[in-house]
Amino acid sequence: MAKPQKKYTGSSVFNTTPDAAQRKKYCRFKKNGIKYIDYKDANFLLKFVNDQGKILPRRLTGTSLKFQRKISQAVKRARHIAVLPFTGDMIK
Amino acid sequence: MATKTTKTKEESVVLNNYESVIIFTPVLSEEQLKDAVAKYRKIITENGGELIHEENWGLTKLAYPIQKKTTGFYHIYEYKAPASFVSTFELAFRRDERIMRFLSTVLDKHSIQYNVRKRNGEFNQGKNATKQQEAKK
Repeated sequence: MAKPQKKYTGSSVFNTTPDAAQRKKYCRFKKNGIKYIDYKDANFLLKFVNDQGKILPRRLTGTSLKFQRKISQAVKRARHIAVLPFTGDMIK
Repeated sequence: MATKTTKTKEESVVLNNYESVIIFTPVLSEEQLKDAVAKYRKIITENGGELIHEENWGLTKLAYPIQKKTTGFYHIYEYKAPASFVSTFELAFRRDERIMRFLSTVLDKHSIQYNVRKRNGEFNQGKNATKQQEAKK
């Protein structure tokens, strides 16, 4: 259940395609029991920003509020230590 | 420093877990980097802290230029220290011209657990982790 998720990259994770739109969104952190989001892990954090490097809203990702807060904190920390860019085109 | 009690009520200093990421300038030679890293290791232990783990990423590409440099040496200290220590530690960072950027964070119980698991290599099965390791080599 957890493994096929890793195959997706970028925005395809989030149910933006029409057929996927009907599927129920869920919080991946709750589902997979992830409790801590590492701000040093750029590859993981890239899933939660768009091509410009902006943090994706939770209405697209389905993340629960608790973890959205943690994501935003982690992304901001990552930007500070130059693990993620503040802005950019096609950063993925 | 004979007894290091972590969390007892009576007069003993409460040690918290912290993590500091430091980015050194890429102009340093290998020896200079070693010196700098050793210096901060010493500061931690001399001020009642306790080093738990260290990690060196080596010369890493930055996501954006800092001080007109596009690369930097990342070094990560994980340590236990009294709360007052962090400010003195960061003051030392600010005074040091070799350091371009730093970030100190408190570790909660989940992040401590995460770091322990990471050290034990439990995350290496994933695709991303193996890729990162290959890139480092």
